[in-house]
Amino acid sequence: MSERSERSGDVLVEVRDLKVHFPIKRGVLFDRTVGHVKAVDGVDLSIARGRTYGLVGESGCGKSTLGRALLQLTPPTAGQVAFDGVELTTLAPNKLRAMRRRMQMIFQDPMSSLDPRQNVESILTEGLQAHGIGGDRNGRRKIIAETLDQVGLPRWALSRYPHEFSGGQRQRIGIARALVLGPELIVADEPVSALDVSIQAQVVNLLDELQDNLGLTYLVIAHDLAVVRHISDTVGVMYLGALVEEAPSDRLYTEPLHPYTRALMSAVPVPDPDVEDRRERILIHGDLPSPANPPSGCRFHTRCPWAQPTRCADERPQLREIGGSRVACHWAEQIASGELRPHKVSVEITRPPGEGEEPSVVSAPTEPGSFV
Amino acid sequence: MALLDVEDLSVTFARRGQRTVRAVDGVSFSVNAGEVVGLVGESGCGKSVTSLAIMGLLPKQPGLQVSGKAVFDGTDLLQIDDRSRRDIRGRDVAMIFQDPLSSLNPVVPIGLQVTEVLTRHRGMRGEAAAKEAAQLLDRVGIPDPKRRLKEYPHQLSGGMRQRALIAMAVACQPRLLIADEPTTALDVTIQAQILELLKDLVQDSGTALVMITHDLGVVAGMCDTINVLYGGRVVETARRRPLFRQPRHPYTVGLLGSVPRLDAGRGERLNPIPGSVRDLLPWPDGCAFAPRCDRRVDACIGEPPELVLTHDGRSYRCVNPAPLPGLTPGDEVRTAVPGPATPGSVPAQAVPDEPPAVPGLAAAPSEEETP
Repeated sequence: MSERSERSGDVLVEVRDLKVHFPIKRGVLFDRTVGHVKAVDGVDLSIARGRTYGLVGESGCGKSTLGRALLQLTPPTAGQVAFDGVELTTLAPNKLRAMRRRMQMIFQDPMSSLDPRQNVESILTEGLQAHGIGGDRNGRRKIIAETLDQVGLPRWALSRYPHEFSGGQRQRIGIARALVLGPELIVADEPVSALDVSIQAQVVNLLDELQDNLGLTYLVIAHDLAVVRHISDTVGVMYLGALVEEAPSDRLYTEPLHPYTRALMSAVPVPDPDVEDRRERILIHGDLPSPANPPSGCRFHTRCPWAQPTRCADERPQLREIGGSRVACHWAEQIASGELRPHKVSVEITRPPGEGEEPSVVSAPTEPGSFV
Repeated sequence: MALLDVEDLSVTFARRGQRTVRAVDGVSFSVNAGEVVGLVGESGCGKSVTSLAIMGLLPKQPGLQVSGKAVFDGTDLLQIDDRSRRDIRGRDVAMIFQDPLSSLNPVVPIGLQVTEVLTRHRGMRGEAAAKEAAQLLDRVGIPDPKRRLKEYPHQLSGGMRQRALIAMAVACQPRLLIADEPTTALDVTIQAQILELLKDLVQDSGTALVMITHDLGVVAGMCDTINVLYGGRVVETARRRPLFRQPRHPYTVGLLGSVPRLDAGRGERLNPIPGSVRDLLPWPDGCAFAPRCDRRVDACIGEPPELVLTHDGRSYRCVNPAPLPGLTPGDEVRTAVPGPATPGSVPAQAVPDEPPAVPGLAAAPSEEETP
């Protein structure tokens, strides 16, 4: 648990040992289950009310699945999710539906998450109707008008359709849709990665403002570390379905403890030539191993420049507290003090048993690249 | 004499019943051997069309007009016929595309796609070609290259596909490499690997590299000279350090202000550029950036701003640039080149991506408009 949430003592979301496993099916007549993709494999985290929790990691690490499982959009295989003290995983469907008003989601690509045949008013009214908020049409209109002001869209937007807006405005519609129900928690999955640089900043600022004004709690999922650092209070780093490090965002960036976090930090390009020339890159080799057949012990040991012959390969490290951060590494202290030096890692190819000529890595879905 | 000299390159797309789109509008830059030149800008600023025009890869369709010069080692790439262009392309000039999955042929094994280049340009066949292909894959850091040669693109991960694409591009040791958003589709750790690989290529073989990207961080680490594009024109050109330390054009200032930095604190507000890339003025009517600019003055509207060349080897296209400390405005100006103005066409950014389906429906509302 982070220091901050202990201090405020008001935890909105509590996730315990959450697992999401997807079965791998084979066969024509009988769907034999031949294994599981362990997209999320034992995650503990808690989000304090009014704070922002940032989740970073590379594509395929399970961060989006975690966000969806938290909202029960993907049923978790095991584990508990408590929202404001209410256990969601065992909640009856009608009660869960009522709870959804309090937790909303913002999606990555506003063009594919908005119905092209619905105008903005219809998009925003749908949720209100479903939850019976606002009474009659006029009451709803009032709520919608307020929401439009909050996200900085003009009133005439109501009668327009998504295609008539620019990318940044579409994302504002997506935010308005989440906001109109008056939620407490907003899960934002890559909210700015489909947008141009100058528009990104507008949306990031908007999310900041909304939090200040409405006291929202955010779970921000992104692959862009700079964006996550900018808007998060606490940042969790995921690798192959598990958290490897969790720390207050400033601390994570000044003192990364897990080897993976270090590598990640050193890989992010900074728009400053002086910083770029001075910095030392920790290059990690190879690709993400398959989540269907994760490495034994510490999942990062196959690519870790600090991997040790003992413990790393056979003992799975648990998150433990080291000076305000939570780190899942057996050797975090020794690495931080410089006692252990990085060594060169050669790429080894591991194949899941019985997979034949299948590649050893999951073809990660490409991150959005709409910058043509 | 530079290896590649692009001079006054313009690309217009005309379609019946629609306004002519001027995607690239008088772009000039040059690249020396062993130099990395960056073309930076947001969606629709013309950076990709520039590269496709140089490579002669724009679809041949009525209404497409390419003018200007792209002189590579004495030959104007825009003037030569297709046959000789094919000889140059792949051998002397090669390109790396943004999305490796859509630029590799999905039904042909990687090995065949790599050896195709070797057969076409180096006359290698059979065993020798396969051996060379394996060496190339090994050079770009693909483990177990012999086996990978037989695999299809979908069997490789994103980073590996991009490596395979780079292997194909460097197969004939080209003297000029054009990389169009080579890392946009990749994760940061893989991006770092690919950028390191490109840097090594430039250092080892003296290849000239044109780096097209929207990521200012990538530019800061890679490029020697940077051209910032907006609305199809180069609005600022500078060496790497001066550009990041003292950006002059308000658009460059705005871009740098809107990028969240890893080494900045939490809660510092970003300074975004207001509006969106669609709110622009056609160049002939003034500065395309003027509608979004916070340093706008009356002189911005009316005619396109001249290209101002300064004494420190920089240039910008702005009548009211961000001031330099310790210099009175205008002091450093060496000369000014008036910008070309062709009325009757609009830059690509002004055109919405999805034209309204209903005829007569208004164009996309701009973010600055008020009800």
